[in-house]
Amino acid sequence: MLKDSDRIYQNLYGQQDWRLPAARVRGDWDGTAAIIARGRDALVEEMKASGMRGRGGAGFPTGMKWSFMPKQSDGRPSYLVINADESEPGTCKDRDIMRNEPHKLIEGALIAGAAMGANTAFIYIRGEYYNEAQRLQAAIDEAYEAGLLGKNAANSGWDFDLILHRGAGAYICGEESALLESLEGKKGMPRMKPPFPAAMGLYGCPTTVNNVETIAGVPTIMRRGAAWFAGLGRPKNAGTKIFCISGHVNNPCNVEEELGIPLKDLIEKHAGGVRGGWDNLQAIIPGGASMPILNKEMADVQLMDFDSLAAVKSGMGSGAIIVMDKSVDVVKAIWRLSKFFKHESCGQCTPCREGTGWMMRQMDRIVQNKATLADIALLEQVTTQVAGHTICAFGEASSWPIQGLMRAFRPTVEARATDYQPPQNVAQAAE
Amino acid sequence: MNTQPEPQSFAFDEIAEPLVAAAIGKYPAGKQMSAVKTLLDIAQRQMGRTTGSAWLPRAAMDSVAKRLGVPPIRVYEIATFYTMFNTKPVGKYHLQVCTTTPCWLRGSDDIVAACKHATGIEHFGASSADGVFTLTEVECLGACVNAPILQVNDDYYEDLDAARTEALLQDLKAGKPQPPAGSLGGRASSAPASGQTTLLPASGSAE
Repeated sequence: MLKDSDRIYQNLYGQQDWRLPAARVRGDWDGTAAIIARGRDALVEEMKASGMRGRGGAGFPTGMKWSFMPKQSDGRPSYLVINADESEPGTCKDRDIMRNEPHKLIEGALIAGAAMGANTAFIYIRGEYYNEAQRLQAAIDEAYEAGLLGKNAANSGWDFDLILHRGAGAYICGEESALLESLEGKKGMPRMKPPFPAAMGLYGCPTTVNNVETIAGVPTIMRRGAAWFAGLGRPKNAGTKIFCISGHVNNPCNVEEELGIPLKDLIEKHAGGVRGGWDNLQAIIPGGASMPILNKEMADVQLMDFDSLAAVKSGMGSGAIIVMDKSVDVVKAIWRLSKFFKHESCGQCTPCREGTGWMMRQMDRIVQNKATLADIALLEQVTTQVAGHTICAFGEASSWPIQGLMRAFRPTVEARATDYQPPQNVAQAAE
Repeated sequence: MNTQPEPQSFAFDEIAEPLVAAAIGKYPAGKQMSAVKTLLDIAQRQMGRTTGSAWLPRAAMDSVAKRLGVPPIRVYEIATFYTMFNTKPVGKYHLQVCTTTPCWLRGSDDIVAACKHATGIEHFGASSADGVFTLTEVECLGACVNAPILQVNDDYYEDLDAARTEALLQDLKAGKPQPPAGSLGGRASSAPASGQTTLLPASGSAE
């Protein structure tokens, strides 16, 4: 198990004070100017060497993302935008960072800004996090008062402004280009890529969008060194991660652990185990609503990191683990996610706008035992016409849960069909 | 409250004006449209403060459009795209119950039933007869390890069950103030309810 001293978020649960003096005692804002004095290239190289991959879901190498930002301004400013939309069902980790460790995020924003040549950063926080936004704004205000933000921020010679922007309720704004549209005061509808944000992002200027957990980890990586972070986890899957364990466990919780930890260990050590014991486990969604579901046989041996989950056609996503015991109608659980995606489709692309509603209705028919085997096959086929045929990854996000259900629970799903015939030889063998 | 007529005019009041100016001032010159969601939020809160129902009549949207120097449609499309803007009147307490899978697994059906029982509301989107409560079904609120969740106005109430929900709503009905946000199950945070497994006092300061 990860040593407590290797956990980045010493105040994850908020028992200590979130304010600046207590944050300084935890090590925040220690030698920030000296870190920035290493220079832009050194900071980007340090991030690359740490092996940090984006904590929002896609797992793109952070140092490489930063390196895409222009070295010389053509007159346009560069922006850092921090994604605090946290809307993927099952995910509630950034909330704890913002309310309990806000100074890690603020200091990380300054260092990341200096590393990519941005004098301004925006934090886009989901609108429902009203109390969290109040807390974070108070932390930003005290950072300004202490000279840690603004002109010559933290005596680093770098001018840096940090602006908190509240959303107003829309899952799609977690998609980076929809987030930028929303930040500009428009409907959150994703943009075509290219151009990518590093070339043309917020207000048409070079922009990097990073998740809260990615940025909040930066100061600790810079202080303890890339080798420390890279030494945790597994090759190409470095470091620690906050996992959110929800659903049918005895003690749902957030916990910071090493990447690559076995899923079973994670649940048994920190979440008190599956309700009714591990053998009462039916299914686990390992990375937030859009990641394909695992059955028990898969969960028994699964490691929790980007590549191990991709190898079983699922994904670590945001690190949100949704556990279901044997009492659950797993088809209905996925139908509810289909309903979520239908509700949250922005409506821009036809396959998604029409497809999410159609998939939800077809899932509903399976739940109600009104679908035939042919209907189920058609549903599977239609998911492939939505995924990959939309501007953003929402097509995949809404199709993968259904595709995953078919892979992991085909017998369970097909037994719901109206024309389902149990295999004859099984009945004979039982006699 | 739910029957209040559509006001013919709307103007930001003396509490809202400084907030509006500050919101627009946060963005680069010429990019004031970035403040549209904040201005709509300020207008909705002003409606809540002055009429008891936090919603956005058309006059308020027009007022926001005028302030930002954009055609009204640019504001209407924002107000109808984002779920937190109420384009119809709501009660003093807007009950937003999450029923997405993580909350559903932890018993959100019971929370919905308790909300309906305590308020007499029969279906989502409706208000109680006395106009005090409006019940809305919402998608994931992002507090899943403390599921199930009920959001009452700005505050999340976590770790709910039917009895805790019923008691909370009966207190509000009786005119008591909202309790502090957070877990109603006695848990302070997202730590395991049975006690922490990490960040233990003995080793927490070993660094």
